Amino acid sequence: MLDTKKIKKQFPIFKHHKDLVYLDNASTTQTPQVVIDAMNFYYEQRRANIHRGTYQLSGLATQLYEESRDAVADFINAHDTEVIFTSGATHGLNLLAYNLCKNFKVGDNVVLTRMEHHANLVPWIEMSKRYGFEVRFVELTSDYRLLTTDLSIDDHTKIVSFCHISNALGTINPARELISVAKKVGAISIVDAAQSVAHTPIDVKALDCDFLIFSGHKMYGPTGIGALYGKKERLEKLDPFFFGGDMIKEARYDGATWADLPWKFEGGTPNIAGAIGLAAAIRFLTHIGLDQIAAHESMLRAYAIEQLQGIKNLTIIGPSNPLPTFHYQGEDSRCGPIISFVIDGIHPHDIAQILDHRGVAVRAGHHCTMPLMNYLGLDGTVRASFGVYNSKYDIDTLADGLRDAVKKFS
Amino acid sequence: MSYETTDIDNLYRESILDLYHHPLNKKVLADFDVEQREYNPLCGDDVTVRIKFDKRGTVLDIGHQGTGCAISQAAVSLVTDAVRGKGKGEIEKMNESDVYKLLEFEVIYTRRNCATLGLKAIQKALCH
Repeated sequence: MLDTKKIKKQFPIFKHHKDLVYLDNASTTQTPQVVIDAMNFYYEQRRANIHRGTYQLSGLATQLYEESRDAVADFINAHDTEVIFTSGATHGLNLLAYNLCKNFKVGDNVVLTRMEHHANLVPWIEMSKRYGFEVRFVELTSDYRLLTTDLSIDDHTKIVSFCHISNALGTINPARELISVAKKVGAISIVDAAQSVAHTPIDVKALDCDFLIFSGHKMYGPTGIGALYGKKERLEKLDPFFFGGDMIKEARYDGATWADLPWKFEGGTPNIAGAIGLAAAIRFLTHIGLDQIAAHESMLRAYAIEQLQGIKNLTIIGPSNPLPTFHYQGEDSRCGPIISFVIDGIHPHDIAQILDHRGVAVRAGHHCTMPLMNYLGLDGTVRASFGVYNSKYDIDTLADGLRDAVKKFS
Repeated sequence: MSYETTDIDNLYRESILDLYHHPLNKKVLADFDVEQREYNPLCGDDVTVRIKFDKRGTVLDIGHQGTGCAISQAAVSLVTDAVRGKGKGEIEKMNESDVYKLLEFEVIYTRRNCATLGLKAIQKALCH
């Protein structure tokens, strides 16, 4: 069990919003003081551009930025040349989609799942329109899990890209199994770890994925920063995404050569403070311990399911799991720290507003998975998602609010 | 920040919930002049209006179809009722505050699209 009272004190937002019950962590997490301090340290004491100045201050700024990359690399067990700073998961996935699909043709296919966030769906659909390849979807079982008996992966599959944890359902996908099947047919594997990176340990070597992406702001870091991991041999074959300053080795009036990895992909002055803040968030997470976080959130989810099941006309839209356990890397695991649900006769938006009245922040709607909602025949769901500062009290407040909503609408 | 800024009981008072459960003018007009769909991607509220005008260009009949939250369903009910008998010019002049007058409350920023979806559909329909 985490000491949530102690953890909560590290987040200034709760000083300013004393009654806030924040259950929208899948959307974005709150920021601990240490992250704010790390960014302020850069702005107040280390502000200079990186990789450019010969003066000392620029050297210190560069050192902070590159140490932040090392922190990200260590966190996911990668080499520092394999970590590219991006603006977030959407940037990372677009970089891959634009780059990897260039030589695809009619007859090729890219395999996604029915539960992808728009960021891991729309880029591939748009590329398929340009290059004529097919986009396939792994179907879902009635229990909101992937139908792994029919993965639609064949010899023409070029890419298999999937979310580690579904942001809309909470399902944890069998990452290692999908990656190994992709590998067998020579397809590139991409893991969207946006929803898992702050909730379970990630080891890219153990996963053996080709690429893995995530955002900083869903892991207690700042907005506008994220990372793309790629195996060195894969990154070397990719073209730069942004052309400009900082990604050039040598430029002429008729062309240029590219900087080494990872800088080849970081054109323009990057989000330096963001990278530094992300590294601080990683230190924050590591200090608590990912295994402890996973166990705490698993306990919260189990408790929430228990409380929610007693509410009239409430249906959970996600894997049914009386005993949710969160095992390493998602294999054999049951569910992430996300609960999606609907209440018959009350629109998700109305539920969210009634909850907001009690200070409970949840997400209502399609959660950027509009095709999934249509596929499931839903207008949307209410989603409660947990983080390190949440406690059983938060779940009780949520349940009280839901009972109030049911009463109002009856 | 206070969480008491919205009068939640007024927002979800019986007359609003009644309109949610039994919306006014929720029907498919077989004979119509214009049709317009409006969609709110944030929450999935979806409304399609069909309007029949008389010879002078005033609204003879109006019907809406779709799904949405209590606020959007109540608002589209009241707005469709309010535009009946009105001319195009008069409807074009209507705005957000007219919707709040009909609802008898203002909504918070995040619910504005819910409240105004029906009016937007009607006003866009007039441009056909």
